[in-house]
Amino acid sequence: MSLFANNFSRIMPMPLHSFFLLIVWLMLNTTLSLGHILLGSVLAIVIPLLCAPLRVPQPKVKRPLKAISYALVVLKDIVVANIEVALLVIGPMNKIKPGFVAVPIDLTGTLPVTVLASTVTMTPGTVSADISKDEKWLYVHVLNLPNDEQEVIDLIKQRYESRVKEIFGC
Amino acid sequence: MSFYTELLISILLLSGGVFVLVGSIGLLRLQDFYARLHAPTKATTLGLGGILIGSMVYMYHLQGYVSINELLITLFLVITAPVTAHILAKVAMHHRVKLIERTSNQDIVEIARKQLPVKVSNSSQKSHLKGTDHEV
Repeated sequence: MSLFANNFSRIMPMPLHSFFLLIVWLMLNTTLSLGHILLGSVLAIVIPLLCAPLRVPQPKVKRPLKAISYALVVLKDIVVANIEVALLVIGPMNKIKPGFVAVPIDLTGTLPVTVLASTVTMTPGTVSADISKDEKWLYVHVLNLPNDEQEVIDLIKQRYESRVKEIFGC
Repeated sequence: MSFYTELLISILLLSGGVFVLVGSIGLLRLQDFYARLHAPTKATTLGLGGILIGSMVYMYHLQGYVSINELLITLFLVITAPVTAHILAKVAMHHRVKLIERTSNQDIVEIARKQLPVKVSNSSQKSHLKGTDHEV
């Protein structure tokens, strides 16, 4: 049994990735014909084999249900962000006070940090600009910085970081 | 196609178009590089989202099943847009792109470039920079 498992992981080092590659291939072609299933399967096996040595070990998603609720929260914030930014863009330019803030992050691993940085970019008036080398600080550009910049930092930490932390359990 | 589906599709397409237009206006009007980054990354996600949903509704009424291509476009958009914005902002920081004068905390650009420790007003967080010995 363990021999089988060993061989399996040698042929398919990333089974989940292989599965998604096949699905996305079929979706891109919008077909379920045998030819495309075969071609997709070959790609789904060969691409992970080539990419496996490049992989950096990542923390696993511990609570997938939390991830769904996180996605919904972010989706709602994206809609709000769009309207806010649209109003700022149309309004008078000299009222906009941009600024930088440095947000301390407590996450470990590149995947959680990437998720947080991407969320910050997608949501209200903030773009993540850089991450310090030790992954302890996220530098964020804010389109309209309120007088109390701690507000922005607290929002990112409480609304997004705590949820990402729960998802990955780190 | 009934009047109401046509109305729904028109509303989705129009609101999407308005947001894409606002994104482009933002590119024109905002005053420095960083501020300009905000317009396309945000206004276009909802704008394109609206157009794509409109397209999905239209294709559903035309073919009888939900077209998957729009979902894929959304997926690729959501993955690539923040990464592009992040890389552009990072490059701008490291090239010291000109900022408008009223930008607050401009020192963070230098802090990020030289990897200096951040000065925090409440000293609860300490930043320790050990260089390159972070484990993978």
